[in-house]
Amino acid sequence: MAEIIQQDKGGKKGKPKKHSTHIDMTPMVDLACLLITFFMLTTAFSKPKVMEIILPDKKQDTTDKSNAPLVDKKSTYHVLISNDMVYWYNGLADPAKLPLPTVYKTDFSKDGLRKVLLEKNADLYTKIDELNQKFIKGELKITQDSLKNSIKFLKRKDKLGPIVLIKADKSAKYRNIVDVIDEMAICNIARYAIVDITTIELEMIKNAQ
Amino acid sequence: MPKIKVHGHSPRIDMTPMVDLFMLLLTFFMLTTTFRPSESVQVDTPGSISEKLSPDMNIMTISIDKKNRIFFNLDNGSDTSRSVREEVLKEMATRYNVQLTEDELKKFSKLASFGTPMKNIKSWLNAQNEKEKIELENGIPIDSADNQLNMWILYSRVKNPEGEAIIKGDGSSDYEIVKKVLDILQENEINRFNLTTNLEKVEVQLSK
Repeated sequence: MAEIIQQDKGGKKGKPKKHSTHIDMTPMVDLACLLITFFMLTTAFSKPKVMEIILPDKKQDTTDKSNAPLVDKKSTYHVLISNDMVYWYNGLADPAKLPLPTVYKTDFSKDGLRKVLLEKNADLYTKIDELNQKFIKGELKITQDSLKNSIKFLKRKDKLGPIVLIKADKSAKYRNIVDVIDEMAICNIARYAIVDITTIELEMIKNAQ
Repeated sequence: MPKIKVHGHSPRIDMTPMVDLFMLLLTFFMLTTTFRPSESVQVDTPGSISEKLSPDMNIMTISIDKKNRIFFNLDNGSDTSRSVREEVLKEMATRYNVQLTEDELKKFSKLASFGTPMKNIKSWLNAQNEKEKIELENGIPIDSADNQLNMWILYSRVKNPEGEAIIKGDGSSDYEIVKKVLDILQENEINRFNLTTNLEKVEVQLSK
């Protein structure tokens, strides 16, 4: 295919014909190509992405409250998940202390929960965003790792941002939980936890607007 | 006017450098390829912005599918001289009084995820075709009366202490089941989980 075999025209009699020492490599190339394609396609190039979560140790003694962080009632936000919808309220829902806080209903879209959380976490979010922008523009000459570390440091130092408690009821799907945890990452929320839902909160969802 | 001479050269291309390159690539791909055994379960993972890559060694994957069935998968560990899968199955077989032959243990070490209770594991290993296999996969039991997933995780941790947990849940599986799995993992003192997700882009706008 790749070569055109030309015949010797009018060669002198008596002389042995010159044979080319070239080997036709076309079939070999064909086979090599085929195998390369096969191996390229079967190689797992794209490793799956993972989201890391770390939960507190259950076996640790939690009765010792001296080391527990002080939870400010005002900055606590409860995010409740039920039937593919998100409900949230501020403060604490204590049946002994009426009135109960107002429950707002929202969804998983970018104008839903994200808007609410960004508003509450604007301070820390702008700080981290500025840092990221500087890094992208090249004003900040540091490595990716030290950028991550400084973000981590900012998050740890943060005392003003909201504390978000994520609670899901029985109708919640796995996707909902992942979405909410993802929102925490998007909005750079420093402090959040996954906790069990209480009966009073189930009641509150029913009466939500 | 002189005649234009037509040279009798054949339009041959020297393919040697190309072949060299091809062979190099081929060798590279052949050596780096690790064949993935086919996954028996279809899981549609939810999306997130996380860009962290999943580790490729020393992992145990717990898959939860749409119908809330639980599948378990573990790899053979970074030490190539031993087969963690084989050792774990041996322990499990002793615990649940299942008689398995050497061949069946060997076969198991080459397979991927499974979702069979221990009493069916023998027929699952000897299943002749895919259809038969799928029929046996009802998920690993996690009830408190018969918590086999707990035992799988426990023995995997004993045999390979470096093992990390990866949870690969389907977006539409119930959170209740996932929560149960998380509880089982925490009982085994695993407090760090990797949730498999698809990368997706989001737009963030801080309203002023």
